[in-house]
Amino acid sequence: MAPNAAARADTFPKLLVRNAQVFGARPAMRHKDLGIWQTWTWAEVLDVVRAYAVGLHRLGLKRGETIAIVGANRPRLYWSVMAAQVLGAIPVPVYADAVADELAYVLAHADVRFAAVEDQEQVDKIQSVLERVPKLQLMVYDEKRGLRDYDHSRLHSMEDVIDEGRKALANDSSVRAWLDGEIAAGKGSDPSIILYTSGTTGASKGVVLTNERSIHAATDTVAFDKLTESDVALAYLPLAWVGDHYLNYAQGVVSGFCTACPESADTAMQDLREIGPTFYFAPPRTLELLLTRVMIRMEDAGFIKRKLFHYFIGVARRYGERILNGQPVPLIGRLLYAIGSLLVYGPLKNVLGFSRVRIAYTAGEAIGPDLFNFYRSIGLNLKQLYGQTEAFLYVTAQKDGEIYSDTVGPACPNVDIRIAENGEVQFKSPGMFTGYFKDDAKTAEVMTPDGYVKTGDAGFFDEKTGHLKIIDRAKDVGRLNDGTLFPPKYIENKLKFYPNIREAVALGDKRDFVAVMLNIDLTAVGSWAERNNVVYGSYQELAGHPLVHEMIETHVAEVNRSLAADRVMAGTQIKRFLVLHKELDADDGELTRTQKVRRGFIAERYGPLITALYDGSKEADISTEVTFEDGRKGAISARIKIRDMKTEPTTAAMGKAA
Amino acid sequence: MRAPGGTDVAVGDVLLSVKNVSLSFGGVKAISDVSFDIRKGEIRAIIGPNGAGKTSMLNVINGFYHPQQGRVTFKNQTRSEMRPYEAAYGGIARTFQNVALFRGMTALDNIMAGRTLKMHSNLFWQMLRYGPAMREEVEHRRRVEEIIDFLKIQEIRRVPVGRLPYGLQKRVELGRALAMEPDLLLLDEPMAGMNMEEKEDMSRYVLDVNDHYGTTIALIEHDMGVVMDLSDRVVVLDHGIKIADGTPDEVKRNQSVIDAYLGVAH
Repeated sequence: MAPNAAARADTFPKLLVRNAQVFGARPAMRHKDLGIWQTWTWAEVLDVVRAYAVGLHRLGLKRGETIAIVGANRPRLYWSVMAAQVLGAIPVPVYADAVADELAYVLAHADVRFAAVEDQEQVDKIQSVLERVPKLQLMVYDEKRGLRDYDHSRLHSMEDVIDEGRKALANDSSVRAWLDGEIAAGKGSDPSIILYTSGTTGASKGVVLTNERSIHAATDTVAFDKLTESDVALAYLPLAWVGDHYLNYAQGVVSGFCTACPESADTAMQDLREIGPTFYFAPPRTLELLLTRVMIRMEDAGFIKRKLFHYFIGVARRYGERILNGQPVPLIGRLLYAIGSLLVYGPLKNVLGFSRVRIAYTAGEAIGPDLFNFYRSIGLNLKQLYGQTEAFLYVTAQKDGEIYSDTVGPACPNVDIRIAENGEVQFKSPGMFTGYFKDDAKTAEVMTPDGYVKTGDAGFFDEKTGHLKIIDRAKDVGRLNDGTLFPPKYIENKLKFYPNIREAVALGDKRDFVAVMLNIDLTAVGSWAERNNVVYGSYQELAGHPLVHEMIETHVAEVNRSLAADRVMAGTQIKRFLVLHKELDADDGELTRTQKVRRGFIAERYGPLITALYDGSKEADISTEVTFEDGRKGAISARIKIRDMKTEPTTAAMGKAA
Repeated sequence: MRAPGGTDVAVGDVLLSVKNVSLSFGGVKAISDVSFDIRKGEIRAIIGPNGAGKTSMLNVINGFYHPQQGRVTFKNQTRSEMRPYEAAYGGIARTFQNVALFRGMTALDNIMAGRTLKMHSNLFWQMLRYGPAMREEVEHRRRVEEIIDFLKIQEIRRVPVGRLPYGLQKRVELGRALAMEPDLLLLDEPMAGMNMEEKEDMSRYVLDVNDHYGTTIALIEHDMGVVMDLSDRVVVLDHGIKIADGTPDEVKRNQSVIDAYLGVAH
């Protein structure tokens, strides 16, 4: 009966009422407070949210108005979202760590009259920019601490607001009837939330999503991953991020699963262990951090444990993926894997809090195949998805059993994807946004006339698997002189997945072929040098060592082989490469502060090298100015060798021959 | 807040007074004839150059040193010879210049140790961890968890303090002192050796403790910026002699203070 009820309920408040009826005694939310996990059932959540909504209404929040939600993942902030939706008001979550300036922009742009905030820190931040947010009239806060002496004429504690509402509901049956009417009056086409994009490309834009579209999208993916009311997720990613709102809030309300809030941002890892979620999301960076931590601790472990660990991780790498994918595996492999599970993988997953994880997703950036396969090999069902705020997260997601580290999966149910002429991915989905808040010009920019949304990302469909591959931002994709698509980041990422390669700069736009400039990683190559008796005195000397070049050459050859496997990318194989004599550095303006390569600047600075890469010379001289840590400037000059690479025949061509 | 060892003192009244105290170690005069008072609810700073007698003064206040002359009156009770545990029972808690925690114990256990004086069940029940001992333990644990929440150290609850960075150790030590629910909290250089951010955090906590728990605080500190921002009143010692006493602004303008800190041309 649940799916039917879900189909009828076209707003989140109606779903909440359904959940309280259908899963009334099931946990809806958990939060660790004073060291103890507190639980609220769906019936209790509905109760609190109703009281809260009445309280907010009494303070003046009306249908169609916006209310800012600022803070970490805490039950009362999720309830603020729900209570606002009950009243037909539109919640606008804002990143808790936003600086006052960004906060002021969003609050002013969203026309908020109300704000629900976590604590004194957020109250102070908003009060410091009050003159830029003239419409803001009232704040409600969760955490009382430090706020006692503040002027309470425009400031209320959530607890008091909820109590007020509870009293009104208890004393007056007309209030109860009115509230039921408010919930019934909500329409599926009403906006349910406005999510502001993080604004990496210019000022942040408010993405308006509606109740029914959000619920459609969430219903599709809940079915896709078979999420039920017995699942548990830990909400530790920013409340204002589409990922949290989708994965935890929308999917939670639609499927009735339990959302657990960590005790504090810093305890998320420990809380993960205690809660043992069944549904988990982590960006590649977090997964990498976890793995590094495990590896470092293993290096400190005793001899036997260390040997055992490395042996069984080897076993997992051989058989683990195939077992997870349900592919045939020799009996001895299964046997060894079972022992490994008992001795290593099980305890390891327990330490990481992954013991009960049924479905894990990662997204946001390219994930290294090694990293991805490691987690899959120890039995974590890690999958990739691709999406964006405008789509209400999902555009593609990988199905169980069809997982590849270099794709983001096929289109989600009911999602329509096409690749535009210039390689840009465009989609139409049930959850897609209705427009940017108060910005029709921007909305028109990203929508095609026939109703598709432009993602700004370039990609193509992999021929073997039918999965989408994202290669770069569309505006960064160039073309070789023969017309082949040239996505620099895609090639660079493939190179950077090798621990020995720290940075890579791929060249090729308006050129005849692809050439790359590489930085070696001093730590990784240094330890390799130690093991291989390569003597060196400086970074420059190590980077110029012929043996290092040979090692890097094998990496480049491997990348070429993997590029050749894709018909679309085969033309972008690397023909020549060189290893730079110095590390690219933000202090020298070669990288941004967030460690992204600044192509234009590098092209200028390393002009002689680039010329040499394309005129066939075997070596080139370069002199660059460097800034030392203390601010002094100096010059480094070097003679750099350039290596030619053989390119692989494309598989497509072989296919034709056969 | 309860005042376990004596009569209650109203906010603004004198909580502790030091009258004509002199302390010497053999021939070395650490403190000579110093008098000042600490009023309930205020943050009182004791400052001075190295060797001015600041820590000695704190040690006199909590009964670790016994002055040769003068008296210390705490909560209207004058005692000539107060032992440190009496001070602790009376409601004086302190932190130390060098962190003095049980390094092998977790942050939680260290703070629990601060509740020792408040445990009443006998050894028998405590050994069994049953009956009244269990009920008591639960209650104390709740208080300790409130402090952990207050100081935002949830993530290190189960970490042995020896493994924590210095700034966090200081915070745990403050937590242990708070666990005693003191009337007077003595902080001996709470910001020493901290970086700017840690100092700002600690200042925030000192102000919050004062505001939230209403605890009277006496602190020794070298960072003048911190002292001037935090304290209500400042007493300045130099070579064991009180050279100034007043609000931060008054003290800042006082010529002998300037001389003591910057030196004078001879």
